[in-house]
Amino acid sequence: MYAFELVRPATLDEAMTALGAEEAQALGGGQTLIPTLKQRLAAPAKLVCLSGIAELRGVCIADDGAVCVGGATPHAVVAADAAAHYPALAALAGNIGDPAVRNRGTIGGSLANNDPSACYPAAALGSGATIRTVNRDIAADDFFQGMFTTALEDGEIITEVRFPVPERAAYQKFEQPASRFALVGVFVAKYASGVRVAVTGASEGGVFRWAEAEAALSADFSAGAIAGLSLEADMMIGDLHGSPEYRAHLVKVLTGRAVTAAG
Amino acid sequence: MTKVTMTVNGKAVSGEVEGRTLLSQFLREGLGLTGTHVGCDTSQCGACVVHVNGQDVKSCTTFALECEGAEVRTIEGMANPDGSLSVIQQAFQDHHGLQCGFCTPGMVMTAAALLARNPTPSEAEIRHYLEGNICRCTGYHNIVKAILAASGQDVSHLGHGDAVAAE
Repeated sequence: MYAFELVRPATLDEAMTALGAEEAQALGGGQTLIPTLKQRLAAPAKLVCLSGIAELRGVCIADDGAVCVGGATPHAVVAADAAAHYPALAALAGNIGDPAVRNRGTIGGSLANNDPSACYPAAALGSGATIRTVNRDIAADDFFQGMFTTALEDGEIITEVRFPVPERAAYQKFEQPASRFALVGVFVAKYASGVRVAVTGASEGGVFRWAEAEAALSADFSAGAIAGLSLEADMMIGDLHGSPEYRAHLVKVLTGRAVTAAG
Repeated sequence: MTKVTMTVNGKAVSGEVEGRTLLSQFLREGLGLTGTHVGCDTSQCGACVVHVNGQDVKSCTTFALECEGAEVRTIEGMANPDGSLSVIQQAFQDHHGLQCGFCTPGMVMTAAALLARNPTPSEAEIRHYLEGNICRCTGYHNIVKAILAASGQDVSHLGHGDAVAAE
């Protein structure tokens, strides 16, 4: 790692001031950023640690029933505290990485990084969540803008993520066993307004909604409803773990399994 | 350099560290507590697991300064006050839960975190909880058996994975 200054603000205001400095970067749980720094793929002059800011941590329920997760809330806390309110979200959080990673890694860090194989982007996009920052609300449909790219501006902190709770939902992850990231992961959520299907791990463009499956499942919420659909392999990720064709196939299989699991 | 103060195994400690100083480095090089091992340094292997405020974390992927004011527990703090082995450590010895021993500190700390939350885990739950801990000897069978035994559960059905199993 190159040298940097690490500051640990106690309030959001202090964090925003610190992030105003040249080459400053926010540090969530560090489970992606610290390995990145070790490889010298990032070289901030200052890291602003968000884990000491109490107002950014925790799970609560809004008046409209939405599950609100503070931006610096670790995965293990979401797995435990959201279980009674949004079981599919809690189950997803409880299967990210391993237990020690879940005690450190945060939802804000995961969404801001937008790794194309991360689990949380699928939950946010599949739920039509709202990503709340210090100065605005961003719809999940507008937030994810391609691999490792989001609508966030420099220094913009995710304070909260609001998940409308669906009637039924499930996440199916085909795990890459070494990294424990999703080789492909599919989040299916059925709302009164229709079904949302979000896919992670598969596309070169990062997390995406599978519109054809959403239309079919909105008409008939059963695994059989997508039997006649297929995905083009063109834009799928190809690497030593799986070819684009394999990933395209997995998306369909996992979508069917997610629908079945959602019941 | 910045001063960091924390409690490690019940003792107040402090030291001068850089922003980039990892908790694993501070423990090993700053405090001389070399029981915490650094296997991969990429947060894959879990040999460096310690407890921070009661939670199991990978100390190679945590900055020392993030632990300002925290209660840290390492493998050196796991034995009983009289120096005898704790129940988990004794079970690892009894059931040959270690071969080369390199992963053992992380395995014991992870096992302790699991048993604190779930005092009688199933074999499947133990294996799931150990996903982030790699044993390069592949000696998982007896590690899982030791943790099961440490939880007070019967391990006779798991058979003899070694010559010294105490059943």
